[in-house]
Amino acid sequence: MSITLPRDATIPVPSDEAVTANSWLRLTLDFCRRQPFGAFGMLLVLIMAVTGLSADWIAPYSPTANDFEAMTEAPSWAHWLGTDQFGRDMLSRIIFGARTALVVGLTSSFVGGIAGLVLGVASAYFGGHIDNVFQRVCDVMMAFPLIIMALAVVSIFGTGVQNVIVAITIPLIPRCARVVRSSALAIREVAYVDAARACGYGHTRIILRHMVPNVMAPFLIMLTAFVGQAILAEASLSYLGLGVQEPVPAWGLMLQGGAEEYATTAPWIAVFPGLAIMVTVFGFSIFGDALRDALDPKLRNR
Amino acid sequence: MYRYIAKRILLVIPTLVGAAVLVFSLMRLIPGDICVVRLGSGGATFNPQAIATCHHEIGMDKPLWLQFWDFVWGFCHFDFGISMWSGKPVAVEIAARLPISLEIALLATIVAVSIAIPLGTISALKQNTWIDVVVRTFAIGGIATPSFWIGIIAILVVLDTTGALFGRPWMPPIDYVPIWKDPIRNLSMAILPAITVGYRYSAVSMRMTRSAMLEVMREDYIRTARAKGLMEQLIVNRHALKNALLPVVTLLGIEFAFLIGGLVVTEQVFNLNGIGRLFVQAVQNQDYTLTQALVMLTVTVFVLCNLAVDLLYAWLDPRIRFA
Repeated sequence: MSITLPRDATIPVPSDEAVTANSWLRLTLDFCRRQPFGAFGMLLVLIMAVTGLSADWIAPYSPTANDFEAMTEAPSWAHWLGTDQFGRDMLSRIIFGARTALVVGLTSSFVGGIAGLVLGVASAYFGGHIDNVFQRVCDVMMAFPLIIMALAVVSIFGTGVQNVIVAITIPLIPRCARVVRSSALAIREVAYVDAARACGYGHTRIILRHMVPNVMAPFLIMLTAFVGQAILAEASLSYLGLGVQEPVPAWGLMLQGGAEEYATTAPWIAVFPGLAIMVTVFGFSIFGDALRDALDPKLRNR
Repeated sequence: MYRYIAKRILLVIPTLVGAAVLVFSLMRLIPGDICVVRLGSGGATFNPQAIATCHHEIGMDKPLWLQFWDFVWGFCHFDFGISMWSGKPVAVEIAARLPISLEIALLATIVAVSIAIPLGTISALKQNTWIDVVVRTFAIGGIATPSFWIGIIAILVVLDTTGALFGRPWMPPIDYVPIWKDPIRNLSMAILPAITVGYRYSAVSMRMTRSAMLEVMREDYIRTARAKGLMEQLIVNRHALKNALLPVVTLLGIEFAFLIGGLVVTEQVFNLNGIGRLFVQAVQNQDYTLTQALVMLTVTVFVLCNLAVDLLYAWLDPRIRFA
């Protein structure tokens, strides 16, 4: 599971000073007009986010309440998506599962992304031996396929939401740092970095105030892709029984228990959680793709 | 050329050594004594003697540098130590599970290539038509769908259709029979997992084929070929595809990670006793020696795969060879 981004993704960003609330709206509308497919992805992401945030109010039942009168019940007016083998309402579990996916996906990709961003820019800024050593460390880290690294981390720290977040964050850091570094290498040569250095600013200030804002575009594109990947990885780990644990509602976990056993008698147990994962990751993917097309002038007019 | 090859091969060594250090130290980061964790987790009673024996068995009574040396040296001649769970040598455990995983990996690659290249090419040639949109959606779908869910749905569909057709649902066999003994039984077991993993594996390559084709079709030599009146089919097959496939070859190597990740979960879905399932069981059973060996093995295969791809690339592309 890796991200395919152009290696030399150096993308100019409009300066932040002019961006007011009004122009943000205009930018968004412009994006929707030019990238209808991407706007659809953004809509899916928004729906998922709102669902996750308001789960307490919109879920018809408690996600953990068992109704032993209604086990493996087919979709009906009482239970829109049916019930699972423990009589829990599938719809409520999927709604609360959105929250779990959101928490794991956003936390791990943000923490991993920001760590990668700072490390990548710093590596490019300092160059020389530091950069060389850092690159070799990245080589080593990236020799571990994401899921393998995540499983290895889980085998040390154990399962549960927090450990899953750690397990997904660690492999994301070098992947982000690599891409950010290649963009930052080009920025280091730009005159304003020299100017900042001539002004006697410290390394931290130059890195954070002058270089980081200029690699924001490739970083944001990557972050969107990371969230989708992190959600997928969480679902895989939970499905294997090595991620989020019962009774926390999580999509991957819902597929673990009864999905295969009840495949023929209660197919809704297998179908709906998977659909939820697919639609969410699909949304993040096409949103990220459209974002890249909109921000990368090299790919425009294709 | 030789300089490049030598440099590329030498670069593998620090990566592998680094990975070995990482795996070795990760497995020693486990909070507490792994022997206590291991012996105590089953609720069994244990005495200091048992812990000492356990320490001795996995070599923890030696100094750290010697442990690391044993780990690396053992790995070099396929002596991975003894599984903490089954008590059998790790190498024996792995060897028993390897054929099935290899077969599925190979079949999945074949599936992936035979989906990705034709569809990616068509998508690029018919850019911005409905065909392009359908293919791209199909590709993003492959990236977005977890492979275990594709597997579950595949089982569901097979059960339902065979149930409706023959009155009795049919399940693929789960025990491994070598292909030379019973090809039908072997393939009927392997084909569903191979398609499941292969579809996901193909998704990224499909997108890559498309964008590489789009780039190549704008090159001067394509215009020249058109100008001299070559048939479009010849231009695509001989001139464009040959050049567009270069990056796809690299990607297939890099996306090997996809394949491994796919195998880990897919073998679970189809109840196949392969390496992926062994890995999951090792993590579940807190079998640290086995986990350590499997992680290191995967990383080695992954790194060597990338090396092979890079060398292949140099051989295919003279620009790299003579640079």
